Amino acid sequence: MLRDIYFTVVGFLRTFGALQLFFLRLLVNSPHIFFGRFRLVVQQVQNSGTLSLVIIMVSGFFVGGVLGLQGYSNLARFNAEDSVGTFAAFSLLKELGPVISALLFAGRAGTALASEIGLMKATDQLSAMEMMAVDPLPRVLVPRFLGGVISMPLLAAVFSAIGLLGAHLVGVNLLGVDAGAFWQQMQSTLDMSDVYEGIIKSVVFGVVVSLLAVWEGYNAIPTAEGVGRATTRTVVISAIAVLILDFMITAMAI
Amino acid sequence: MDSASDNVIEIQDLDYSRGPRQIFKGLNLSIGRGKVTAIMGPSGTGKTTLLRLITRQLRPDSGKILVDGVDIANLTQKQLYQLRRRFGMLFQNGALLTDISVFENVAFPLREHTRLPNRLIRHVVLTKLHAVGLRGAADLMPTELSGGMARRVALARAMVMDPEILIYDEPFVGLDPISMGVIVRLVRKMNDALGITSILVSHDVQEIAAVADCSLLLADGKVAASGSPDELNNTSSELVRQFMHGMADGPVAFHFAAPNYADQLLGRDSE
Ligand SMILES: Nc1ncnc2c1ncn2[C@@H]1O[C@H](COP(=O)(O)OP(=O)(O)OP(=O)(O)O)[C@@H](O)[C@H]1O
Ligand SMILES: [Mg+2]
Repeated sequence: MLRDIYFTVVGFLRTFGALQLFFLRLLVNSPHIFFGRFRLVVQQVQNSGTLSLVIIMVSGFFVGGVLGLQGYSNLARFNAEDSVGTFAAFSLLKELGPVISALLFAGRAGTALASEIGLMKATDQLSAMEMMAVDPLPRVLVPRFLGGVISMPLLAAVFSAIGLLGAHLVGVNLLGVDAGAFWQQMQSTLDMSDVYEGIIKSVVFGVVVSLLAVWEGYNAIPTAEGVGRATTRTVVISAIAVLILDFMITAMAI
Repeated sequence: MDSASDNVIEIQDLDYSRGPRQIFKGLNLSIGRGKVTAIMGPSGTGKTTLLRLITRQLRPDSGKILVDGVDIANLTQKQLYQLRRRFGMLFQNGALLTDISVFENVAFPLREHTRLPNRLIRHVVLTKLHAVGLRGAADLMPTELSGGMARRVALARAMVMDPEILIYDEPFVGLDPISMGVIVRLVRKMNDALGITSILVSHDVQEIAAVADCSLLLADGKVAASGSPDELNNTSSELVRQFMHGMADGPVAFHFAAPNYADQLLGRDSE
């Protein structure tokens, strides 16, 4: 029993150490890929960005709509239904935008990344590159990592913007809150610091989800089953990591 | 005699195991410069593994692998990559990069390692694709190719940097007789015209006879026999004859190590 715990803890620490080292190698190789082979990065932004854009927009719209409904019915009890815009903006910018985007991003682009890299490994493509004296880490992993890191905050921004649109549609157009009050209140209560918190979160989540996806794919057991498992692990571990980090960042911001 | 000059690759006392299975036990072999050497052996004896050891995609448990007299175990990553640029390797399944076209696959090493202008890259790539008969497939994606076509594209890619040593892992599998003939002649021609050293894993005894200067037969983690294809064909060795003539019974077990067949079918525990 104690032995089991010991091995689990040691195994975890070892993996975590290896993950940090891997992260460091990605970072070290990032500048020259970003500046030297920018086209590779743009391709990946396109890949993971476009993959996730539609689901981000649809989800953002409905989450915003729900915020409009819930906000209105709750705030109406305090005769504060004009604040529904503020309520929606706070929730979206600081929490739901970054968190839900990150979860969706992990599910759509993260799994695609992990399985793509895992398959490249399983079909000897990474070995073939090494045989051509090309290191796959900068050539394959870094552009995909950077692509994820860049698209994630953009997607979170899109999510929040469309979410506000949804809240506006429900609050103003459907439930009759005054449009002027909706925007006016929001502007006067929202601080730049709230926006920054959201941005920091989405950047951190982008780094974490992309890192985990690339890591899982690169370390997948090179078989069909191994790739499948890597894909699943990407979603599960990313989701947990995002939610824990969300709590930590929020706690630090308050 | 300076052995480094006539043997490109020398392997001394190599041991390698994968988990509990020992794949090579005290393997010794050498590969002559400028020759076509065929490596044969039953499926699962470790031919692919041997190629990966030679190119240091895997590291041996013990023993030495010398390329041009240099022990490759001690190379830094940079030196290793320097060395690998002298190799061209055809993987058993082609291993084409699936996210770029056939043309870009063949162009890949040129784009990564040289600053050649596009026009020249185009010229080189199309020439190599033409040599394997697939110039017309340049714009296809790898997923649109058949297995045999993919392997021929991979061959073009392996040749594109004009390597000194070409390694082929089962290049003839899945080729129709016509492409097979073309590829066999291509392998031979590159060897004669460009002085390339070729290492070829194959089961096709006839093709090997047509192309190889020397063949090695691997069995039980060692070189069981070596010599020119003719010598092997006419050998008296039981094991070699079994392999060359495709007989199921003989010193080489057709079956992977397993418990007693009857016992297992009857569900008895064999001890
Ligand atoms: N990733 C791996 N993990 C564990 N064992 C492996 C792995 N790859 C290969 N092996 C074992 O190593 C042995 C040699 O494999 P290898 O691929 O080198 O055979 P081969 O001679 O190339 O066979 P084939 O002619 O079928 O391609 C096999 O018996 C296999 O069981
Ligand atoms: Mg093989």
